[in-house]
Amino acid sequence: MSRTLFEKLWDAHQVARAGGNADYIYIDRMFLHERMGSVALRKVLDRGRRVRAPKQVYGTIDHIVDTRPGRGGERTQVPGGEVFIRAMRKGAERTGIHFYDLDDRRQGIVHVVAAEQGIALPGMTLVCPDSHTSTLGALGALCWGIGISEAEHALVTRTLKVARPQTMQVRFEGELGRGIGAKDLALHLIRSLGADGGRGCALEYAGSAVQGLDMSGRFTLCNMAVEFAAFSALIGFDDKTGDYVKNRTPSALDGTFSDWVSDPGAAFDRSAELDVSGLAPMVTWGTNPEQGVAIDEAVPSPLDCPDIEAAGGALHYMGLTPGERIQGKQIDYAFIGSCTNARIEDLRAAAEILRGRRIREGVQGVCVPGSSFTKRQAELEGLDRIFIDAGFEWRESGCSMCFYAGGESAPPGARSISTSNRNFEGRQGPGVRTHLAGPQTVAASAVRGRIADPREFLK
Amino acid sequence: MTPFEPLTGIAVPMPQPNIDTDAIIPSRAIRGIGREGLAEGLFANWRYLPGGLELNPGFVLNRPEYAGAQILLGGANFGCGSSREQAVWALQEFGFRAVIAPGFGDIFRRNCINNGLLPVVMPAEAVTAMARWVEEKPQWHKLRINLQAGSILPSEGCPAWLGETLHKTRIELDDDEREMLLRGIDPIDLTLRRLGDDLDEFEKRHLGKYWYLRNS
Repeated sequence: MSRTLFEKLWDAHQVARAGGNADYIYIDRMFLHERMGSVALRKVLDRGRRVRAPKQVYGTIDHIVDTRPGRGGERTQVPGGEVFIRAMRKGAERTGIHFYDLDDRRQGIVHVVAAEQGIALPGMTLVCPDSHTSTLGALGALCWGIGISEAEHALVTRTLKVARPQTMQVRFEGELGRGIGAKDLALHLIRSLGADGGRGCALEYAGSAVQGLDMSGRFTLCNMAVEFAAFSALIGFDDKTGDYVKNRTPSALDGTFSDWVSDPGAAFDRSAELDVSGLAPMVTWGTNPEQGVAIDEAVPSPLDCPDIEAAGGALHYMGLTPGERIQGKQIDYAFIGSCTNARIEDLRAAAEILRGRRIREGVQGVCVPGSSFTKRQAELEGLDRIFIDAGFEWRESGCSMCFYAGGESAPPGARSISTSNRNFEGRQGPGVRTHLAGPQTVAASAVRGRIADPREFLK
Repeated sequence: MTPFEPLTGIAVPMPQPNIDTDAIIPSRAIRGIGREGLAEGLFANWRYLPGGLELNPGFVLNRPEYAGAQILLGGANFGCGSSREQAVWALQEFGFRAVIAPGFGDIFRRNCINNGLLPVVMPAEAVTAMARWVEEKPQWHKLRINLQAGSILPSEGCPAWLGETLHKTRIELDDDEREMLLRGIDPIDLTLRRLGDDLDEFEKRHLGKYWYLRNS
């Protein structure tokens, strides 16, 4: 019988039924970070329990570590943050998990590192106490975000009890124009079907536009699945996946992954198809990822939004008027970073716009590579010079300004354009107004000092 | 985990959709690795006036009629966003025992179950109806939650239309979730007891095939 990729992954990891709609699922690998993983490790140790397979658990420091140059030790701008960094180091040491500390060139944002270092591979299950773990589904692996108690459970039992999600295929058809990328696809999807459009579903992305994306773009697309309320997201194995994992795995595994695709004719519980051939760069105007528009559109009236009150509140917070154009809105801050858009391909895409240009006076531009490995690679390619010459700060790797944790932020009321994944109120600092966009849109906007269409730079 | 006892409590409506875990507890309010000391940071961006800890009188939780609230009536997609379990810990430390909403962020909902905060999914119309009634006299119009019976009912004096709406609803949980909440069972103990040798047998087969996943 034809099975979807999700069904194959589920069947391969089903340890036992758990009653109702739930099963016990075997967890192949885990990734932990200092903000939540430290707490889970501490709970395991405090209760006198053991990590079942420490050599299949990886940890690093990304969430609250300082990303300014010259960092080290426990330096963080987050009040009380040192405690988390110390607890992560200690927990890793006492449990014997793999740990990439700040001086390790493999350090970086968990989901970037897990892909880059070949930790997540096709056919696996991997969990991490971070909601964007779905990123790794682009490899044809079942990966999802969990809480601290679940992390403790998975560390001790190497299983999780999981309610079986429905399957949903999302097809993006059409050829993407120049300057349009995976982030635009994701924002378009969430705008079209709503921030809870994928509720209860394991997504599988397909269609010609997805086939056309490189692995980096596929990670971006899967990353944003949680902003669509999906359980996780998947993309079936193909040549691009094969090329990506080839140098990251023991050679004995070459050619063993090709079955991690949906069978022809496999049935999905739900499906959606979006024609993206004429898609323009997307930018969010509100405080939820579904509140987005194409760059050449106007900010909508709350009356045209599903929830009038919420839309009105969002417009007020964002300092926008219904009917005004999003393009041309003056910005103060530009952030290129996060597990969504800080892989080497994202940095190259932004650099394509920034090369030989300067960002507008008064705009603070910050670039934070997704991993220390990516940072080095970018430096070998000379991308750091392009960013620095353009007036961007060139940082050490970490989550940085994707979220505010009491340390670094932009001033209240500042308008930020950001490659990150959440435009929630206060996400980048109290009163900070965040517009989500892809890396080329952020770079173009930094140069103009206003929200700008990257296609004008790519002619 | 503390067992979930029947509860008659004040309910506070927060009907806005997509209230995310950053809003429930901003990252800056998470200052220690324990689960204590988080209540102060609950809804910090809304609960306090900018720049300090002075209460914002306009925020619903600060209104005297909702003092002592134990039940939160949320909007669609409540608890979406970040996986931070501290959102649940903060709600509990503040005094909440149950959240009723048309839908929850997946991870938030699972975090609720694992900590004994009861998450109840109800149709939007039922939640709105409860909110409307509660708002009339929050300190008197309480909700009675009986997990054993699977029911949520208004305290006495409710209009017939609301009684009818609520009599039709049931608290939807799977059997394990219900048991865990009712008895305060530790989920790890439950899993280990239940899986027993099955886990070892599965693991042997699985790691035989996927040798690179062995613990070595």
